[in-house]
Amino acid sequence: MISSTQSIRFLLNGAPHTVSGVNPHTTLLQYLREHLQLTGSKEGCAEGDCGACTVVLAEIDVSGELAINPINACIRLLPTLDGKAIFTVESLASKTALHPVQQAMVNCHASQCGFCTPGFVMALFALFKNDAAPTRERACEALSGNLCRCTGYRPILDAAEQMYALASTHSDAAEQWIAAPATCGSSHQGNAVLIAALRSLERDTSLDYSVDGARFVAPRSIEEFSTLALANPSAWILGGGTDIGLWINKALQSNALILHTGEIAALQKITETDEELSFGAAVSLERAFRAMNRVYPELAQVWTRFASWPVRASGTLGGNVANGSPIGDSMPALIALGATVTLRKGANQRSIALESLYLGYKKQSRDAGEWIETITLPTRRAQPPGTLQIGFYKNSKRNEQDISAVCSAVVIVVDRGVVGSARIALGGMAGIPKRARLAEAALVGKAWSEEAVRAAMNAMTQDVSPMSDMRASGQYRMQVAQNHLLRFWHESQGASTELRVF
Amino acid sequence: MNTTLNLDAAHDSAHLHVSGAATYTDDIVEPRGTLYAALASSPIAHGVFNGIDLSAALSCNGVVAAYTAADILGENRYGAIVHDEPFLAHGNVEFVGQVVAVVLATSMRAARIAARQVKCDITPLAPILTIDAAIEAESFLGKVFDITRGDPDKALLSAANRVSGRGEIGAQEHFYLEGQVVLAVPLEDGQMHVTVSTQHPTEMQQSAAVILGVDWNDVVSECRRLGGGFGGKEVQPAQYVGIAALAARLSGKPVKLRLDRDDDFMMTGKRHDFAFNYDVGFDNDGRLNAYDLTLSSRCGFSTDYSHQVNDRALCHLDNGYLLSNLHVRNYRCKTNTQSATAFRGFGAPQGMFVTEHAIESIARKLGRDPLDVRKANFYSAERGMTTHYGQTVEGFWLPQLVDQLEVQSDYRVRRAAINAFNATSSIVKRGLSLTPLMFGVSFNASFLNRGSALLSLYLDGSFIVNHAGTEMGQGLFIKMQQVVAREFGVAANSVRSTATNTSKLPNTSPTAASSGSDLNGMAVLDACTILKARLRPVAAKALGCEPDSVVFDQGGVTTLDGGTHIDLKTLATKVTFAKVPLTAQGFYYTPNISWNGDTFSGTPAYYFAYGAAVSEVAIDTLTGEHKTLRVDILHDVGQSLNPAIDRGQIEGGFVQGMGYLTSEELVWDSAGRLRTHAPSTYKIPTAADIPEIFNVSLYDQANHAPTLYRSKAVGEPPLMLALSVWFAIADAISSIGDRSVMPELTAPATPEAILRAVTLRQGAAQ
Repeated sequence: MISSTQSIRFLLNGAPHTVSGVNPHTTLLQYLREHLQLTGSKEGCAEGDCGACTVVLAEIDVSGELAINPINACIRLLPTLDGKAIFTVESLASKTALHPVQQAMVNCHASQCGFCTPGFVMALFALFKNDAAPTRERACEALSGNLCRCTGYRPILDAAEQMYALASTHSDAAEQWIAAPATCGSSHQGNAVLIAALRSLERDTSLDYSVDGARFVAPRSIEEFSTLALANPSAWILGGGTDIGLWINKALQSNALILHTGEIAALQKITETDEELSFGAAVSLERAFRAMNRVYPELAQVWTRFASWPVRASGTLGGNVANGSPIGDSMPALIALGATVTLRKGANQRSIALESLYLGYKKQSRDAGEWIETITLPTRRAQPPGTLQIGFYKNSKRNEQDISAVCSAVVIVVDRGVVGSARIALGGMAGIPKRARLAEAALVGKAWSEEAVRAAMNAMTQDVSPMSDMRASGQYRMQVAQNHLLRFWHESQGASTELRVF
Repeated sequence: MNTTLNLDAAHDSAHLHVSGAATYTDDIVEPRGTLYAALASSPIAHGVFNGIDLSAALSCNGVVAAYTAADILGENRYGAIVHDEPFLAHGNVEFVGQVVAVVLATSMRAARIAARQVKCDITPLAPILTIDAAIEAESFLGKVFDITRGDPDKALLSAANRVSGRGEIGAQEHFYLEGQVVLAVPLEDGQMHVTVSTQHPTEMQQSAAVILGVDWNDVVSECRRLGGGFGGKEVQPAQYVGIAALAARLSGKPVKLRLDRDDDFMMTGKRHDFAFNYDVGFDNDGRLNAYDLTLSSRCGFSTDYSHQVNDRALCHLDNGYLLSNLHVRNYRCKTNTQSATAFRGFGAPQGMFVTEHAIESIARKLGRDPLDVRKANFYSAERGMTTHYGQTVEGFWLPQLVDQLEVQSDYRVRRAAINAFNATSSIVKRGLSLTPLMFGVSFNASFLNRGSALLSLYLDGSFIVNHAGTEMGQGLFIKMQQVVAREFGVAANSVRSTATNTSKLPNTSPTAASSGSDLNGMAVLDACTILKARLRPVAAKALGCEPDSVVFDQGGVTTLDGGTHIDLKTLATKVTFAKVPLTAQGFYYTPNISWNGDTFSGTPAYYFAYGAAVSEVAIDTLTGEHKTLRVDILHDVGQSLNPAIDRGQIEGGFVQGMGYLTSEELVWDSAGRLRTHAPSTYKIPTAADIPEIFNVSLYDQANHAPTLYRSKAVGEPPLMLALSVWFAIADAISSIGDRSVMPELTAPATPEAILRAVTLRQGAAQ
């Protein structure tokens, strides 16, 4: 049942906070800066790419544990915070001392103009709360969503190390949850206090929040959601908002109704059987990738390059798939591994191969009111018999947090030296995430050899004709996609020389 | 003298930055009734601007007013030097993104929605978008600049060897994290107060006065800090200040104008992109005896700083090398694109890049290590110490610095290791490069080389220091506090810096050309000297000593023998009773410099800053991706005012330069629309892009010129150390085949540019 609720409740910097009368299209950043005059969080780009607005979100995850992640406040809609805890840069320091993260930043001379600094501090705070002793590589990954134009990053990476040393001598760490690093873990009494505070905000019924004719509903069950989606086919279906935030901020759009997937427990589930790995549509990219990496570690390297930690923490796998962008990176891997999606319309469900969802640029085989409920991946055991080989490659101007010029996923099964099956899926090469069926056909039934690979590279030119844009020329895209196949070949041979720079 | 100066004092606002408590322009509590402005711009690159329809915009929710060029009260002209840019377009439009109207509304979002409803009636004209098109159409800013030194034609003909080369260096967006922003508040009696993120408060004051048709004394312009500038907030905020001031005057309300990031990209100017081709003659040791160069820059639709940027590019062609016989044709192309403007390095990166490119071509042709060719070309007492613009180089320790870095970075050992690696590695190739740096410090326009300061001692013994410079992250304010601290024997963090304000210090130069601490530091020192002279007689009387024997130390004054100590609070009170003022104004101008732009000659640099960097990279010949593996930098800041701050400038400048030459690509389409207008499409480096081994050290040598405590400027020079990254990439590509030619690599070296050059080398090698 949907009750008409008029306020959003969350914890802001540790204290209960209630919002009413604020348009549901309002972003968290606007709310903090313009309504509360909490101006520590900055707007640098308003599209989740610079990280100056980074704040930390804490919530109780499906396992009942506290999940702490950085998010981009600039593209996070205010009503999605209902029942969660938000920490902004203003919350870290005590009355008498800077937080260890902040003090480390000062000690390391890690701020110059200072505009990006609050965002870095909060990204580091999220790292501080999640990792007890991160490597430099992990620190870089944690900061992949934060741009600094002044320092050159070295002192910030130093601060990422020094903050732990400062925490160990910080007088407040024992008492104050906020100053306690991950080393104190879930044992810190503050965790229980925070979990209890979050529990007290939990709702029995859906949040239904309307202001000025704009309505936001976060249903609690799949049935409620599906009924609303069917009745309102033009509603925006909101997952993490990492794209819808841009429709609002950049295209300056609004919609009378937003339906949020994030509060439906069943859509947050990851289910693993011997044969299948299934993701509810609202599973965050970060959680989905971690689960996929356990089954397919070959994917891990690209997932760390997929957007940034804040975007992966907010964005959902269902959203990425439903968005169906030709330059979305999850689809090539999912398609090549043989993923299916379960679509739901009202009470009816149907499952289709993921690649058949995409008909053309921004055209899908979904009906009006039909939405993606589950994404299912076969496990290794469910792949065709033989030696499974997987290659997943991303190419972009910048290593981290960049949209692919080309993203290629290659999955072949070799049985007694012969390619038994081949699935090649490409991103950035057509109007949709697309299989290269002629290239696949050039491999299947052939001996696994450089000759066959070269034939597949040639065939690929008949599969796709990529466009030229600001990211890359069509010619370059084709050459790289072909070379990805060549790299895959070399890697399958266990080459003795270096094959990658990343 | 105490040692307060040479400390790694933290940035004056570090504790505020990290806690979100540092107030930027957009963070200021808005005055009651503040309205929000959004700009409407031209969708056409070039055309006759017939008219504008505001009706749809005015009927949008929350809209209060909209203004166009017709509403301007004063003049519709501004500009860095030549006033040839309209605040609001009239008559014609000259690039996609040119501002045509401003919309005021009760919220930022309402203003932005309405601004998109402004409709322009434009008759399109053929746009000139590229350097080639501009040269073809002879669309230039002024005449073609042509200079000859020595007899390059004869030298070319008689040269033992010759090689030619060509290339392109792309533009760069400043990408200050804080976009352009101004808050204009109308005051009584026709006055206006503007708070603005700017490197040049005086220019902003002038801009508001011009558009309003009022005197300069009717306008106050103020800036406490910028969220990054890099040259992009030197002249460019003037347009937004002018428009906001106009809107505030006409509406009678405070007006905030903050550009959305995409608008900022579309409307503001960038670093000039350059194209070049050269023909050089050289001896068997690689000494460059003849240099014939065509150097073209894309300047955009207005003059801006383009002449000065091109002059600086030409001045920095030498980069430490003797250029005896030189002929340069320099095209300054007027195009229908954003007005290219100041950007850290100000032409020098492009000038140095071109000559380094030629040096590498020579080295490859001779089969020499480029480092040896570089060394053979340095200025020397035997070969000559006079630049191609006639300045005699003094204090030239670049060769020694390069020698030291060569050893420190294990250059030769690593060169051999890389050669061995490449011999067996077919897909990943490595490259290594050492590039030097010689950067002339001072504005070429001599009159700009001045600083001013206002130092006030309060009755409680505390100081406020003001000066002409702005704080944009470079640590200028803490350095200035350190000067006061050293002179008065107090703690640096007890001296307060307050906002740069045109009503406190008028007629200031911009904080630019790396000169902030050189100029204002000397002015602060002057103010300290004056104030101390005022305090000495009173202090001497109280201490019972001669005025010359008064020592300022430990928060007060004492005698040479360290006897009685009187604190500043007590002294300040005594000084006031003695009817002596506690405020001093300091001034400084750089002596002994001159510049004649017409003859391209003079002594424009007060001194030179030196440095060198060694970069090692690995490239992937399948995709063109690269990784910077290791960087070693040795840089000359003279006697450092603050080693921690200086190191920050070196590393930050280097990484900004690395982005410039690798991942930062600006792409315009055939209609003149910039397609890379947000961080989603324009990629500055992230933390993972910096080298894991990043050794930075300061060269131990005081400035030979009598600068502030013998320090050297540090803001711009380190950016050019990143040339070593680009040349290391080129080195890796050249290892495909026999290393005998310079790869056809453009800048920035994006994966696509690298793969293109790799493919060409592979084709040639087969």
